[in-house]
Amino acid sequence: MSYEADEDEHFDVGVGSFPKDFGYGPFDQEGDGPPVSIGGEQKPRILLMGLRRSGKSSIQKVVFHKMSPNETLFLESTNKIIKDDISNSSFVQFQIWDFPGQIDFFDSAFDSDMIFGGCGAVIFVIDAQDEYAEALNKLHLTVTKAFKVKQSIKFEVFIHKVDGLSDDYKMETQREIHQRANENLGDSGYDQIHLSFHLTSIYDHSIFEAFSKVVQKLIPQLPTLENLLNIFISNSAIEKAFLFDVVSKIYIATDSSPVDMQSYELCCDMIDVVIDVSCIYGLRDDNEVAFDHQSSSLIKLNNGTILYLREVTKVLALVCILREDNFDRQGVIDYNFLCFREAMQQVF
Amino acid sequence: MKQIVVPVDVEHSHVRFLGNLVLNLWDCGGQEAFMENYFASQRDNIFRNVEVLIYVFDVESRELDKDMHYYQSCLEAILQNSPEAKIFCLVHKMDLVQEDQRDLIFHEREEDLKRLSRPLDCTCFRTSIWDETLYRAWSSIVYMLIPNVKELEQSLNQFANIIDADEVLLFERATFLVISHCQRRNHRDVHRFEKVSNIIKQFKLSCSKLAAQFQSMEVRNSNFAAFIDIFTSNTYVMVIMSDPAIPSEATLINIRNAKKHFEKLERVSQAQSALAK
Repeated sequence: MSYEADEDEHFDVGVGSFPKDFGYGPFDQEGDGPPVSIGGEQKPRILLMGLRRSGKSSIQKVVFHKMSPNETLFLESTNKIIKDDISNSSFVQFQIWDFPGQIDFFDSAFDSDMIFGGCGAVIFVIDAQDEYAEALNKLHLTVTKAFKVKQSIKFEVFIHKVDGLSDDYKMETQREIHQRANENLGDSGYDQIHLSFHLTSIYDHSIFEAFSKVVQKLIPQLPTLENLLNIFISNSAIEKAFLFDVVSKIYIATDSSPVDMQSYELCCDMIDVVIDVSCIYGLRDDNEVAFDHQSSSLIKLNNGTILYLREVTKVLALVCILREDNFDRQGVIDYNFLCFREAMQQVF
Repeated sequence: MKQIVVPVDVEHSHVRFLGNLVLNLWDCGGQEAFMENYFASQRDNIFRNVEVLIYVFDVESRELDKDMHYYQSCLEAILQNSPEAKIFCLVHKMDLVQEDQRDLIFHEREEDLKRLSRPLDCTCFRTSIWDETLYRAWSSIVYMLIPNVKELEQSLNQFANIIDADEVLLFERATFLVISHCQRRNHRDVHRFEKVSNIIKQFKLSCSKLAAQFQSMEVRNSNFAAFIDIFTSNTYVMVIMSDPAIPSEATLINIRNAKKHFEKLERVSQAQSALAK
């Protein structure tokens, strides 16, 4: 995981010296720094790779830049490496590198040490609506190359554009890609490489869900967060709680009960409402941010469900789903939340 | 009974709006064969007792002259059968026009339409289904159809003053169109009503995926608190408060108390319009 400072300078990432360890830092901040700063200057890098027209740029625009899926039709083909720093606005302090699909690994200009060295995860995007034989070759090449540079990289395969496929066909495609990719690795003696697969589409929340899972793997504190959430919900009679990165609507942690897609989507939509309404009525001037330390929201549905949102840090929100009957004791919930927030600040 | 004629497709539908206000939508197909039919054999049937005519123009249409010809035939029939009708023109599909051209083209069309509508008076809106313009147009149209709108506005003003709100919006429950509002503090965004309608409608849609409806909502940050709640049987209310020191419960109780008054107002207006029929 070593990363040379001079390498960084010549690549002009714009950050000062890096600590030895590249990734989210260990628990060595003793709460004396600003409590909300997360990870400091360490930015794990997520690489977005795949063949040309596989949908890499669209994914990035939809997840991190709030572009509507329909608009992505007009994106032009990427022809150089696009580096996108998500650091300032979002919890996920990482860079996304969007590679042009036609990049050649054997080109001498391609410095794989530099590209993969500081990288936490590689997302490889495969267009499920297209022939994927070539994509599988490229995947194999990418993965083995990256693995040689850094063994701890997480490999995530997005089987993308599945919105146009029937459920049966989706499963069949996933099974086949899974099998063939692993066979390829096995044949060349790379059994130890583990690939994770996700079915994704930008037209529903599956892309956010998949990104959530990738990002969670890069957070070493995840077990602690889950534990905190478990304690919080069981003491507050809450059914489900998500810790959201507000900007990307990625959930970086949830309690250990199973995630139901529909609830997750509703929570995402709630965040949209909160941010949109706050942008209209909650800004006195342009320098202010819509999501601030007092941000909170409460939505009641007619089926006795309550959605409750509270600000945790500048970039994180806790969204809870609970029964209306259990909201009688809002004081207890609020108190527990404050304890949870305090604990969170100790973690980061 | 209100009647609106929208010549786009061939369909009759009734939309119960604000409870007693029934929009009798006649969505009339635009194909030539239908059009001729409307002006000949069906003339009386369609154009009698029309209160509102909404005519939709495709801004990108290549047959402008023909469009105008049909529009004028329509007006002629209106003039004969329902001379009191209000006329609205939607210059639609504005999203297809380049952004810097939109103002120019719309004003051109508006002028043409106003000239061609004489002696009747028409109100033009530029619309697109992809943004909030369509809400704006419909809100303005519906606003003119509410029977006791003045009284409603007065009560809303009173209510806003009593609870010290920055702004109070009244939404129609089914469509989430803003039908009345009271503003006590300047706001820089003139399009906010349409935006809010849109935001809430989107969320309503998300809830319906879970077979649920949302009942109330509270959103706040350090500068404001917004409360959206079911109000009368036909409306939702939205209250914007800028004093974060006022506890939510206080505002919620105030909203609850105001409900009775507005319910009464609604019943009175229903009784009135029943008499008028």
